Amino acid sequence: MTSSPTDLTAARAVGSGTGDTAEAPAASAAGALPAGAGGTWQALRHDVGAMLGLGYIVLVTLVAIFAPVLTSISGWTPYEFDQTAIDPDLGGMPIGPWGGMGAEHWFGVEPGSGRDIFARIVYGARVSMSIALSATLLTTVLGVSLGLLAGYFGGRVDVVISRVMDFLMAFPALIFMIAVLSALPASNRSALLVVVISAFGWPYLARIVRGQTMSLAQREFVEAARAAGASGTRIVFREILPNLRSTIIVMSTLAVPGYIGTEAGLSFLGVGVVPPAPSWGQMIAASVKWYAVDPAYFVVPGVCLFLLVLSFTVLGDRLRAVVDAQEGR
Amino acid sequence: MPRFLLTRIMSGLMVLLLVCLFTYLVFFALSPDPAVQICGKSCTPELIDQIRGNLGLDQPFWTQFFLFVVGIFAGRTYGDGAGAVDCAAPCLGYSFQSSQAVWDMIVQRLPVSATVAVGAAVLWLLAGLAGGLLSAVKEGSFLDRFTTGLTLTSMSIPNYVLALVLQYVLVVQLQWLPFPQAVAFADDPVQWFLNFVMPWMVLAIGYAAAYTRLTRANVLDVLRENYVRTAAAKGLPQSLVWRRHALRPALTPIVTIFGMDFAGLLGGALITETVFGINGVGKMAADSIARNDQPVIMGVTLLAGFLVVVGNLVVDVVYTAIDPRVRVNA
Repeated sequence: MTSSPTDLTAARAVGSGTGDTAEAPAASAAGALPAGAGGTWQALRHDVGAMLGLGYIVLVTLVAIFAPVLTSISGWTPYEFDQTAIDPDLGGMPIGPWGGMGAEHWFGVEPGSGRDIFARIVYGARVSMSIALSATLLTTVLGVSLGLLAGYFGGRVDVVISRVMDFLMAFPALIFMIAVLSALPASNRSALLVVVISAFGWPYLARIVRGQTMSLAQREFVEAARAAGASGTRIVFREILPNLRSTIIVMSTLAVPGYIGTEAGLSFLGVGVVPPAPSWGQMIAASVKWYAVDPAYFVVPGVCLFLLVLSFTVLGDRLRAVVDAQEGR
Repeated sequence: MPRFLLTRIMSGLMVLLLVCLFTYLVFFALSPDPAVQICGKSCTPELIDQIRGNLGLDQPFWTQFFLFVVGIFAGRTYGDGAGAVDCAAPCLGYSFQSSQAVWDMIVQRLPVSATVAVGAAVLWLLAGLAGGLLSAVKEGSFLDRFTTGLTLTSMSIPNYVLALVLQYVLVVQLQWLPFPQAVAFADDPVQWFLNFVMPWMVLAIGYAAAYTRLTRANVLDVLRENYVRTAAAKGLPQSLVWRRHALRPALTPIVTIFGMDFAGLLGGALITETVFGINGVGKMAADSIARNDQPVIMGVTLLAGFLVVVGNLVVDVVYTAIDPRVRVNA
């Protein structure tokens, strides 16, 4: 969470250097102008791990978008109870091996209720992806703009923003998120999740953007733009921001798995997405009672979640390696 | 240096006060009727009235907050007359649902949580340092690439999924580990130890992966430094170069991260303790979410904030001791 070490370390490992590349982009502090996006894509295309990850991410995205179409083909909605698929004499165990997997229910059914797991996975993908991507978007906007502000204008602006960042990063974020979510009313949980996750997530990006902005602001081309009479806004958006592009892309990609894990973890603890809306974390929480007798019930959402987190982690890791290599590391 | 420490302590206290304020705001200012919320799901109108009176919810916000902060240091008595409830210092709140002071509830469960945390920390430090050093020594080898892949995988598997997989495979299928039973250490040390094996592994694995990556990156960085090359060039045997010149600067950043991670472990332990049914502070917080016992959640939040602040302070102090550069600058 972050909920587990996974969440928190995934977010933190971002700043602390990884396997293939000895240093985070932060340390390379805009050593050179980034190469074109085409070069990055060429290098990534030959990386098996990155491409497999990207493939799975695209698959989950498509599944999330076309969820209603898929469930109309499979024939079950996520909220329908199928009493014929469970055995009331065995406490509601699914009938058939592998948790009731078969032609009727592709991924089996939930023990006890008989709801179709395939439909719940498909709709759960919507929840996971939309919350994680919205949180990433909001974090990126907040982190980049506040980081640029602090780094470019310095002085009092910088002091205030840096203090807020220090405070947020020293905060017991996961427990506080739980506290906030459990205290607030349950209406519109998804939006609330996005806001809460982003509120604690932006400083990690802002810190790096701030550092790079500070060093970029000293460079000749910025000075030239200033001498030519460009306004502060223009310098920040036209001169500095384009040079941060690769950093922002890498950091954002690496942040996504943390947010997916956090959403699933919060839902697992019962303060995330509200039932009956399906979420992968919540499905795994429900499967805890059944793990010994119906392992398929936790394996299906568990594997889906694990692969999604892994895909984003690997993709982000490889992306960073490529970008760092291009920047002359 | 006392001055440096004093500033650190002051800013730590500031953070704590802000944590208190934010927590209090969330629970008392944002909620439509705190008394109803605190009372929980099975509640009587009489109990709501009692809570409302006891907590002084009719008073202005700052008065309530002031009383709360004073209570942490001096203890307080909620209400007066027959419904009065005592809460000794440090009073982090009072759970009206279980008729107990939150601090007492935490103290009862802290030893179990500490056992989980310390065991996991030992495990991840050993695994992380060993893995990181090995793959740095053998940079580019099969072992190195294998470790890198393994760390990415371990970082991606959610705690609770791993917990279920381990329980299913090790306990149900292979029966290598017994079903967890609540036993005291003195009664059955073997069962006691085996109870903790899976929680330790689950809690440690994500950190172990992150530490492996961190150690590897740090060691490789330091080996590229000029002074390491100089040491090798003047003819020191490689083992001495590593021991005298490379390891210390490579491992000092780990101390910082370790301090903060260990202090922040309460958050991670929440899920692990819940999945394995370990009766620690984390499980208490998770159960309180289900019962909507907000004073307990609030108390645990404050405790977590306190631990993080203290952890940061300890790291600062330890850092001045092990890193000479910091000593000079301060």
